[in-house]
Amino acid sequence: MSWIFDNLDLIGRLTLEHVRLSVPPIVLGLIFAIPLGWFAYRFRLTRSVLLTAIGLLYTIPSLALFVILPPLLGIGFLSELNITIALTIYAVAILARSVTDALGAVDPDVRQSAIAIGYSGWRRFWGVELPLAGPIILAGLRVAAVSTVSLVTVGILVGVESLGYLFTNGLQRRIIAEVFAGVAMTVIVALLIDALLVLLGRALMPWTRADSRATPKVADPTRGAAA
Amino acid sequence: MSPSVIEFRSVTKRYPDGTTAVDDFTYTIPARTTTVLVGSSGSGKTTVLRMINRMIDATEGQILIDGVDVANLDKVKLRRSIGYVLQAAGLLPHRKVIDNVATVPVLNGVPKAKARADALDLLDKVGLDRALAERYPRQLSGGQQQRVGVARALASDPNILLMDEPFGAVDPIVRADLQAELRRLQRELGKTIVFVTHDIDEAFALADQVVIFRKGGVIAQAGSPADILASPADDFVASFVGADSGKRRFRLENRGGHDILVDSSGRAAGVLVEADES
Amino acid sequence: MNVFAEAIAWLFSAERLTGNNAIPVRLLEHVWFTVVSVSIAAAIAIPIGYLIGHTGRGRGLAVSISGAARALPSFGLILLLVLLAGTARASLAAIVAFVLLAVPSILAGAYAGIEAVDRKTVDAARAIGMTEWQILWRVEVPLGLPLLIGGIRNAVLQVVATVTLAAYVGLGGLGLYIFRGIPLRRYDEMLGSAILIVALALALDALFALAQRTVVPRGVIQGFATDLRASPSGRRAVVRKLTAD
Repeated sequence: MSWIFDNLDLIGRLTLEHVRLSVPPIVLGLIFAIPLGWFAYRFRLTRSVLLTAIGLLYTIPSLALFVILPPLLGIGFLSELNITIALTIYAVAILARSVTDALGAVDPDVRQSAIAIGYSGWRRFWGVELPLAGPIILAGLRVAAVSTVSLVTVGILVGVESLGYLFTNGLQRRIIAEVFAGVAMTVIVALLIDALLVLLGRALMPWTRADSRATPKVADPTRGAAA
Repeated sequence: MSPSVIEFRSVTKRYPDGTTAVDDFTYTIPARTTTVLVGSSGSGKTTVLRMINRMIDATEGQILIDGVDVANLDKVKLRRSIGYVLQAAGLLPHRKVIDNVATVPVLNGVPKAKARADALDLLDKVGLDRALAERYPRQLSGGQQQRVGVARALASDPNILLMDEPFGAVDPIVRADLQAELRRLQRELGKTIVFVTHDIDEAFALADQVVIFRKGGVIAQAGSPADILASPADDFVASFVGADSGKRRFRLENRGGHDILVDSSGRAAGVLVEADES
Repeated sequence: MNVFAEAIAWLFSAERLTGNNAIPVRLLEHVWFTVVSVSIAAAIAIPIGYLIGHTGRGRGLAVSISGAARALPSFGLILLLVLLAGTARASLAAIVAFVLLAVPSILAGAYAGIEAVDRKTVDAARAIGMTEWQILWRVEVPLGLPLLIGGIRNAVLQVVATVTLAAYVGLGGLGLYIFRGIPLRRYDEMLGSAILIVALALALDALFALAQRTVVPRGVIQGFATDLRASPSGRRAVVRKLTAD
């Protein structure tokens, strides 16, 4: 364990680098997923085709994607852009599905009454549907964020430094503590970003907090007691 | 065949969180009649029903079927010997109609071919076309599913039939149909039926005796529909059965030679006919 | 697009079928690692998942374990276990890592499958006198099978992706060609094998998609598509663990 205390600077620098690499794919993933998810939700005919295609992207192993993308897009194999684009693709794959599901789960009565009181299509989407879809989108965003943080480590194989550096370097130098530090810090970064998203969700969607107070804790005692 | 009287002796059900669902409930449900437990939600009527086949165990007191305490019986055997129909039928979605009906006999070891043949007869009995036997529950209407639920409950020829708001999820016209069908079946079969509903009209339509619950599993009044209408025990019962609102108060008016039954707000409700005319 | 032509040429070159590093050998190795690991994971996760799903106990724990496992970097986990176990037992260490990565998806598939069964159906099964064992095997298991297979599907994809990375510590599989190609700048080899890996993942995914469809009980078919669509992705997210490592 003394390796860890001797190298706190390195760990700190790589952790910051890791966070810097993780954030753009998460944010970009959400930005691209909202219109895509809306499109899949709105046009039922294209829904299954679109969601299946996006789902297939998701099955591609990351290392293979890192290899295939550069010649396809004409970017450098060892570039940071390669990693950012690949991880954005994965984030979109997770989030587009969440956005479609979330919009589909919006109470039709609420949508009807929004139309009835005169919301136009565009304003209804931003003012009613998207906020109400928020909690489910947030659930998807949390999955996408945690996965992205974990996948950034694979970037070290194509020369992009992150906490993944501790894996390869630790293996070459046979320092278990170094690899362990890399795994532990990756998990910690993932959980911190996850917690941050939960807090952000509470701040942006205060009505979801009221939920637990509004629902009575004691269920109807005549029902389900045996279940 | 045993008559199947169900006797409740000071039965209480309390939950760990302190709520009392049923409080010192004592009542005897006579054999071969229809007893309807009626009350608003949270009144404990469903708990009373579910304690009969031990879906819920009583905290205190005894429940006896023909003098035998159900607490001494094996839960699974007890449940298989009692028919149970619940809201939205509770059919197994991955089994065909006929296999749903045959479930309990098959569980009891009746050969599958015989159980299926018996199940077809039961479909006739509850007024379902045999052609529906090979369908899956989702391919049936709500009313048809409910009939399958009744057929399944009758499959092991139980003496007791428990019905937990069975017709609550179907529309009023179908519900009236199902109620009429149940009355016909009961005349034919003479089971001990315990029926739970929150609808007082349904209770009066089916019951030989009605048990009206107030909150917390306490009997407000028990008796035949006529007795309850004639003398509601208190304001709660009067209000629950609608005796105070005027919708159950009628007077006769002679219009054009016919005796017309008119309710207290002046709306015509029916025509009085001579007894031998019906 | 010239690189792609070269990659295809590499893939279909006659040399790929001979020698130590023949594609069929490495492909079999890849599949073997996947099948063994997923089978062990299933043997562990399915009984536990069914227990959680049927009793409703321990669900919170299972959800948090699945959540935390998603944060585990699979590449780091393999290297860590291989270092701990020593090179002599590298294969075993890698299999342990694959199993650890596969368990959460299968566990989630098993308990989510059982939880997704309408509680009214289970209540009715109990009320007509099924024993708990009969409820599990005759009602909950058949109705929950599609979600279980979905969980296994995710686990398989997860492991296929991770086996690729295991070539870094000399464990073979199709990732070998990529790691061999990187220092030599052999782009045809890297790209050709990457295409092969993607093809393997897609083929396995299709296989499981098909299996998932066939196990949907017939009476449920009509409702199935809509049920999936209507389910909030919160649950789907649990079931669909990220596979792209």
